[in-house]
Amino acid sequence: MRRTRNRHKRLDGFQRLFLLLVICLTALLGAILCTIHGPTPGLADAVAQFQEQSGVESPVTAVLLNFRGYDTLLEVMVLLLAVIGAWSLTEAPFPDQITEISPVQMGAVRLLAPVMCLVAAYLVWQGSHLAGGAFQGGAILGAAGVLLLVSELPWLRSTPVFSLRIGLVLGPLVFVGTALFCLFFTGDLLGYPEGTAGWLILLIETACALSIGLTLASLFAGGRPEDEVVLEHKPVDQSFNGERS
Amino acid sequence: MITTLLYSLTGLILFAMGLFTLIVHSHPLRKILAVNVMSTGVFLILVATAYTPLGQGEIDPVPHAMVLTGIVVSVSITALALILACRVQETSNLDLLEKSKQSKARKESGA
Repeated sequence: MRRTRNRHKRLDGFQRLFLLLVICLTALLGAILCTIHGPTPGLADAVAQFQEQSGVESPVTAVLLNFRGYDTLLEVMVLLLAVIGAWSLTEAPFPDQITEISPVQMGAVRLLAPVMCLVAAYLVWQGSHLAGGAFQGGAILGAAGVLLLVSELPWLRSTPVFSLRIGLVLGPLVFVGTALFCLFFTGDLLGYPEGTAGWLILLIETACALSIGLTLASLFAGGRPEDEVVLEHKPVDQSFNGERS
Repeated sequence: MITTLLYSLTGLILFAMGLFTLIVHSHPLRKILAVNVMSTGVFLILVATAYTPLGQGEIDPVPHAMVLTGIVVSVSITALALILACRVQETSNLDLLEKSKQSKARKESGA
């Protein structure tokens, strides 16, 4: 505590100048925020107007997966890119021996993990009419994955990595597949055919929730899983490892 | 209106604090945390602008959708940035923590 206080006393000239600039900027922006009075125009009316055509009742889900579906498609790709980046950088730092996990924690995990999966499925289903959807459900699934990772269940290591890879790309694949399907049938990317929008959105959301959950959990693991089978099939990985060692 | 203003100003202050830390501190962990604080401030401002009191018209869902996507992206980018920072620390000879200590020591001896 004392150390930080000392350092804050010793801001050098440029830092002091920058502090002054930041305070000026904050004051200016604050003044702007204070002067924005009254209702902002927004897009609420436009969304409400086309709500019935979107196939879902929740306005946020309609914006996410119908009106601005392209944004969400690219965002799912960003998530996939983050995992690819993380996996190409390091291996997951798993401890060599499995440490003893307290029975309380194991019991809690056994109780909580299925319930969390159920809540995630419910949230995805609820996304069509209330607050909820792929991201909320995916976040819960990711939390369940983190819980499983932290308690180092033995079957996690024996799970084939190939299924993890499939799960990670399932959401983006289904999303792109649906987009191409719509392009083929209606001539618009993600322009759902009439009457099918609700089911297509639910399909995309389910696949994306699974992928988002797996993405968050593997980002928490902090690297690619150790897997010899994959290394044999991928000469690129092998040469990379060889160079490093 | 007071509620919106309160949330917006809180978001603004968070943004400014993050910006200051991002520029002034050299440690990558501090920078990543600073960017996170900044993005939280931006999300708060965005949600606050979409706020309308109950019964006074529709809630604008577009900022909500933007914040929702933004949160997920910021989480994943934070994870990637942390892994990159760890990698930098592992592979470079410079220990980043050590370096900031050295510069502090230099500054103290200079002062």
